[in-house]
Amino acid sequence: MKNRIDACFEDLKAQGKKALVTFITAGDPDLATTEKLVLEMFDKGADIVEIGVPFSDPIAEGGTIQRASLRSLKHNTNLDQIFELVSRLRDNTEKPILLMMYLNTVFRYGTEKFFNNCKNVQIDGVIIPDMPFEERDEVKEYSEKTGVRSIYLVAPTSKERVKMIAEESKGFLYIVSSLGVTGTRNEFSTNFDELLAPLKEGNYCPACIGFGISNGEQARKMADYCDGCIIGSAIVNIVEKYGADSVEPVGEFIESVRTALDA
Amino acid sequence: MEKIGRFGDFGGQYIPETVMTAVHELEAAYDKYKDDPEFNRELRELYRDYANRPSMLYYAEKMTKDLGGAKVYIKREDLNHTGAHKINNVLGQLLLAKKMGKKRIIAETGAGQHGVATATVCALMGLECEVYMGSTDMERQSLNVYRMNLLGAKVTGVDSGTATLKDAINEAFRDWCSNIDTTFYCIGSVMGPHPYPTMVRDFQKIISEEIKAQMLEKEGRLPDAVVACVGGGSNAMGAFYDFIGDKGVRLIGAEAAGRGVDTPEHAATIAKGDLGIFHGMKSLFLQNEYGQIDEVYSISAGLDYPGIGPEHAYLHSIGRADYFSITDEEAVQAFEYLSKTEGVIPAIESAHAVAAAMKVIPQMSKDQIVVINLSGRGDKDVYSIARYRGVELDEK
Repeated sequence: MKNRIDACFEDLKAQGKKALVTFITAGDPDLATTEKLVLEMFDKGADIVEIGVPFSDPIAEGGTIQRASLRSLKHNTNLDQIFELVSRLRDNTEKPILLMMYLNTVFRYGTEKFFNNCKNVQIDGVIIPDMPFEERDEVKEYSEKTGVRSIYLVAPTSKERVKMIAEESKGFLYIVSSLGVTGTRNEFSTNFDELLAPLKEGNYCPACIGFGISNGEQARKMADYCDGCIIGSAIVNIVEKYGADSVEPVGEFIESVRTALDA
Repeated sequence: MEKIGRFGDFGGQYIPETVMTAVHELEAAYDKYKDDPEFNRELRELYRDYANRPSMLYYAEKMTKDLGGAKVYIKREDLNHTGAHKINNVLGQLLLAKKMGKKRIIAETGAGQHGVATATVCALMGLECEVYMGSTDMERQSLNVYRMNLLGAKVTGVDSGTATLKDAINEAFRDWCSNIDTTFYCIGSVMGPHPYPTMVRDFQKIISEEIKAQMLEKEGRLPDAVVACVGGGSNAMGAFYDFIGDKGVRLIGAEAAGRGVDTPEHAATIAKGDLGIFHGMKSLFLQNEYGQIDEVYSISAGLDYPGIGPEHAYLHSIGRADYFSITDEEAVQAFEYLSKTEGVIPAIESAHAVAAAMKVIPQMSKDQIVVINLSGRGDKDVYSIARYRGVELDEK
């Protein structure tokens, strides 16, 4: 079967649309709400959903996602429960689902077992923010064997590394918008034309910009530089505010971003 | 061929992409300066004139007689400026930071010793300094917080997670991700991504080089064992390193067993940890079955870290070093013993090493020699020892 991420970007390209990738933390405030939120986000216009696996020490996250991790870990959300969650979601959606997680979670679970389980429950890719390109051998063999994509990140500091990383990227390339950690921002100082220039020189996989995007207007602006945008903290802020009642407000937010993105 | 920055399976560079360029820049700078005669001349001068090196190697005669076994020598890192071995590493890293043109220094601290050393050298070198410290530790070590303020550093409390050392490290990493161009991250132990474990070890290895020279001068031979406490493991790596090739020298690390390794309240990473990847390195960590990092505990704020430097994990894996687990009670007893027997009040961290040494010394013969690395002095711990013994001190 064709990887859902690749199929998704091909469809979007054919329609002349940009990808909307959204993030929530699994088990925040509980797994039943996470399940509803994923389906609601797809329903209101998300193309790809990243499910965050909560970690005790998320060093790449700002306060919003740190707090979401803690809320989730308070009731001991674990990786097996998240596999079951995705398995249930697959009864209702065929859209790409990714896990966003720290390397220790993969490693401790057993990298081979982890990728096999991802394949079994039909997780399409994983994003591991504390695994830089140089350490990709931790997962590469299993990622390739199972077809579960390992999504690489590029940061404003990557410069001459961009091409090297793009050469080996599959699925999409995660472009980190700014220095620092996740969290909403008012402005972006990165020169995206310069940062992303190497990507125009070859036939590389699609690229999406994330970190700090908080509304439709910013999403539109960012997506103009590439193939889509990723929104996390802005959604998690809504979940933090409304808890189990966040399905409707999150849906409204996603709809507003989708509209702006398609305008 | 072994990969760069690896000790067997351990080590590596597991950090976000944002920091990779800075880590490579640091690696290149360190490679350039580590054998540079001018850099080393400056560093030796700072060690001698500012930090008070070489630190004394002292024959503990009363302790030797009392224990009735091997001859005991104490390496007095507690007599260094700022009262601990931490200054050795900070002088090295900040001299490097200056060469790299970095103006802003960040550091994490647990007990406050590394924070104080960093604030001290920043004052000396005219660098801006921000120290991250768990808010729980700030309460436990308010004296060191004020000391850092006196030295002109900004101390930023960290409330996330368990509000202790590991969370301070998380926050320092986040700061580094945000201010990568201007900022140098001065890590306090032989941990983190390559090149830190190697670089910090190199700045601390002067301890074992001095022990070796002093021992040859006093006894005309090498010691039979060197004992040091291990949290992240920088004083122990410093005390061990020059002896690794000398197979006749037994290397003993003392880690914190808190209320006992069979209780949930300890920080005994070698005894109870599992292989994992965290804080930039592959090493042993105290963690649950899903890889969530454990809360750890020790009476010593300098040893309650859930991981250990990768080179220690390696030395353990090949059987070159042994690691003892020392409980709070054993450490406090050793703290009191050394104070009364030798007139030296050790840091509670170093008291773990004293306790481990006291287990092996009586089993050894009188013609053998043990060196205890006394990594720091104990003034900072007097309140917590009093509290442990149920004594109320009201002059706080």
